Amino acid sequence: MCLAIPGKIISLNKKLAKVNFNGVTRDVAMDLLPEAKIGDYVLVHAGFAIERVDERQALETIKIFEEIYAD
Amino acid sequence: MPTDMKRIFSPSVWSGKKFSRKVFEEMKTLASEIEKTRMKTINFMEVCGTHTMAIAASGIRSMLPKNIRMLSGPGCPVCVTSQGDIDRILEISRIKDVVMTTFGDMMKVKGSGGESLYDIRKERGRVEVVYSPLDALKISEKEKGKNVVFAGVGFETTAPLIAQTVIIARERKVENFYVAPLFKLVPPALKLVLSDKTNKISGFILPGHVSVILGSNAYSFLQKDFKVPSVIAGFEPMDIVRAINLLLYQIKEERAEVEVEYTRAVRPNGNKTALRAMNEVFKPASAYWRAVGEIPNSGLAFTERFGRFDAFRKFGVKRKSVSEPKGCICGKIIMGKALPGECKLFGKRCTPSDAVGPCMVSSEGACAAWFKYGAGNIP
Repeated sequence: MCLAIPGKIISLNKKLAKVNFNGVTRDVAMDLLPEAKIGDYVLVHAGFAIERVDERQALETIKIFEEIYAD
Repeated sequence: MPTDMKRIFSPSVWSGKKFSRKVFEEMKTLASEIEKTRMKTINFMEVCGTHTMAIAASGIRSMLPKNIRMLSGPGCPVCVTSQGDIDRILEISRIKDVVMTTFGDMMKVKGSGGESLYDIRKERGRVEVVYSPLDALKISEKEKGKNVVFAGVGFETTAPLIAQTVIIARERKVENFYVAPLFKLVPPALKLVLSDKTNKISGFILPGHVSVILGSNAYSFLQKDFKVPSVIAGFEPMDIVRAINLLLYQIKEERAEVEVEYTRAVRPNGNKTALRAMNEVFKPASAYWRAVGEIPNSGLAFTERFGRFDAFRKFGVKRKSVSEPKGCICGKIIMGKALPGECKLFGKRCTPSDAVGPCMVSSEGACAAWFKYGAGNIP
């Protein structure tokens, strides 16, 4: 039930954003993530954005995988 | 940076395709070292139902070394909701002019009388499955003559956005919107599992999205009071396998820390705006857990300021003490005391299409996951 899907903010109007999930666009409430901007990737749970996906940290994790586990 | 973002969401990275050989090799080496020097069986508990599904769907269970057991914890919201509270939701749904709104997972859970929301919708009542609590609010604004109730089942990921929906309802002066608050909190659930001495939990895989809200600092008690290794993990196969290895390293090195694997989403202090909304509308309160009973401060109730949104208060529906479905061991499974395969009903009397208990009803219940994807090497 705690599913949250990442998507990209393509437009932002006060507390409502249009978020693109891999080609599908939905309205998302931004009340709980007022600091988000257009172009940010956000995690969306039940119609609300709950956090930004931190690009730097994601790349850091991938780097760890590559360094330790790549064949 | 579009190229980087493409990489960040690349399935070949997170599915572990490129890394699976070495990551499982590492797991095997660590597990066998631990078996020789520290403990025979390693019991890891994934606390979140979404992790339960991810572990089952990705086939990770079948790849685990024989001495690692993955237990499903009390993290499936529908599964942990007490039978008495399920009955209360059903009772409200039967009241004239009520529109019960809910996430889909609740639809097939049976009350102690054998009836589900699905049955009520078929026969007389009005039950709507919604994607977001905002959709429920929309129904109340459209249908002023009805009393719209949202079945408030979930953990800290869900409670803030239902709180925010209530705040919005108050601002817009919506008078026919209510929430039945049956939320549960994860830290008390962890304490509950650990306080049972018959449980031998070697480490926790902590829920990723609950932690997005709470922040990793919220679990410091695991380190301080219980000295149990734990890792906050994301939901991709590679996140989970990496988290298992981080737990194994902690055991091997005799550490008990709260590590964050899901660094791309989890911050030390969580989402402050979400926490503020949750604390404005709700306050900690006793909650009733399936097969466990009442646990102080393990759930949420409305604060006085928002009390008029409380569906239980509005309709005066009290909790009655009722028994669990006969033969069902869901209550034991969610506390890590049994595996689905150990239930006599599993796969025979109890299947997803005709489920006895909530662990099979909920799409992310441990029994449903085992049934759908197979159990792998059952220890």
